[in-house]
Amino acid sequence: APVRAEKYGLGRAATPEEIAAWDLDVSPDGTGLPEGRGDVFTGEELFADTCAVCHGDFAEGVGNWPKLAGGQDTLDHEDPVKTVGSYWPYLSTVWDYVNRSMPFGNAQSLTPDEVYAIVAYILYSNDLVDDSFELSNENFLDVEMPNADGFIIDDRETAEAHFWKAAPCMSGCKDSVEITMRAAVLDVTPEESAAAA
Amino acid sequence: MTESLKGAKPSRRQFLTGAAAAGAGAVAAGATAAAGGDPMIEQVQDWAQATGEGVDATPYGLPIEFEGDVVRRNVEWLTADTISSINFTPIHALDGTITPQGCAFERHHSGAIELKKEDYRLMINGLVDTPLVFTYADLERFPRENHVYFCECAANTGMEWAGAQLNGAQFTHGMIHNMEYSGVPLRTLLEEAGLGAAGDLKDKWIYVEGADASGNGRSIPMEKALDDVFVAFKANGEALRKEHGYPVRLVVPGWEGNLWIKWLRRIEVTSQPVQSREETSKYTDTLADGTSRKWTWVMDAKSVVTSPSPQAPITHGTGPLVITGLAWSGRGAITGVDVSVDGGKTWQEARLGAPGTDKALTRFYLDTEWRGEEMFLQSRARDSSGYVQPSKAELREVRGLNSIYHNNCIQTWWVRPNGEAENVEVS
Repeated sequence: APVRAEKYGLGRAATPEEIAAWDLDVSPDGTGLPEGRGDVFTGEELFADTCAVCHGDFAEGVGNWPKLAGGQDTLDHEDPVKTVGSYWPYLSTVWDYVNRSMPFGNAQSLTPDEVYAIVAYILYSNDLVDDSFELSNENFLDVEMPNADGFIIDDRETAEAHFWKAAPCMSGCKDSVEITMRAAVLDVTPEESAAAA
Repeated sequence: MTESLKGAKPSRRQFLTGAAAAGAGAVAAGATAAAGGDPMIEQVQDWAQATGEGVDATPYGLPIEFEGDVVRRNVEWLTADTISSINFTPIHALDGTITPQGCAFERHHSGAIELKKEDYRLMINGLVDTPLVFTYADLERFPRENHVYFCECAANTGMEWAGAQLNGAQFTHGMIHNMEYSGVPLRTLLEEAGLGAAGDLKDKWIYVEGADASGNGRSIPMEKALDDVFVAFKANGEALRKEHGYPVRLVVPGWEGNLWIKWLRRIEVTSQPVQSREETSKYTDTLADGTSRKWTWVMDAKSVVTSPSPQAPITHGTGPLVITGLAWSGRGAITGVDVSVDGGKTWQEARLGAPGTDKALTRFYLDTEWRGEEMFLQSRARDSSGYVQPSKAELREVRGLNSIYHNNCIQTWWVRPNGEAENVEVS
């Protein structure tokens, strides 16, 4: 459909400073990356101070908190371990997400150089760079992410084309029905009385 | 206390009421035995004699206390904390299709934030002719529309991929709500900023994010953005609840709930998808061979029997039984629902409470006669695209066990002769 020509005249122009304050996103080709740099050593110290309480000293995760490192070559296993190193396709996402939304509970408190350093340390924790590595906006795209080619675009309409059926079975659809699994055996559902508390 | 009297002379009335209640209790058993009559009918009850609450008692009401179990529930072990977590709509106890906002599920990534209308700003930037800032008041001046849509978390039923885990429709299927939204088509706002600068719109995207610390940024192709994406500020007639994005959220009909950005603060027109955390690390679906699907936006046709179900057992014995549930599809309208009481050997077509509408919940009923036999209850949704809800085995055949998201399999409840129901898988 054609785009409407006339406008309502509502809202006002955003200023460059306002856009800069809110438009922080970084794309896989590096669009949006600010100038800056940080090395593994600096990142290790920052990580110990601001991240390790949840993510562990080596980014291996504490308790139920996310593991950021490890899990390489587990994606086709029964319980894949999905981390920055084993799963994430783009380094830009790590920078963007840490910069905008971490540390949990104190987001947007890191400077660009600190984010570069922390991202460098996460790469090191995943054995993707050595301990002398320094990450900057200039060498950012040189980093190769192991699972960069691990994603396909939603293919349900072809891979699951057989779910579109003209006339689904209505009778005599199977000979026998046996229970193969019961939730009550696992017994992990909260008790009803908990709701009233 | 069954009443709350106000005014100058409550004491005498309360005394009389109290005495009547005590007397009724004392004679109730004898009266029943003698006449076989129901004391709830034969004895004058409190509420038929004294008065109820005045109209000034409850400026904004909550459900009556006897409905105390119709509440959101969370499952502690699912997440590391309750801030980036999920809770569940009590669908086992609801009827119709509209979800009461007060018990409609929540999913936050950095908690439910408090954002006043006065402090609210919406920015549109990127490949637009004029980047704009709107206040909340500005948004209410654009031509408005109303639409009913379901919002289903991509992870709804996700804990059930590997087997039957949680015992109740609320827990297996309750990451969903369905509301009537009032707001402005996103298209109107994008056109206000001007899309001339974007050039050919076919390969353009929008990136949308919220005002909360998580941001929850997601990329959406321009085609969808200009089709039916909606900027909503009212739901079920009133302002959005805080936990649902007050004062403004995105409504993305038929698409996974994560895209329904709450506390919407920015819409950027881009030449490429940002590939944010919520569309790479999360909301990507790993297949058996270790590759993963991305951009699995649409929620496929799905249904569940809400009653009888583990939290809604049959307590009335044999005879007439209403089997009811919900069906929905992100690909269009529900055209029919089939119900099986024998684990899928045979199916009967259920009755729709009202004709299915586009990307919204549809209620179904099967009015039947129960003779106390064991049942394996299933429902199977069909939608206007011709899609038929698959079994879990059919889904696993394509996807394996590790997809986490988009589990729209047929659910089985095992109803035993005593009326209790359990979440099971069957062959």
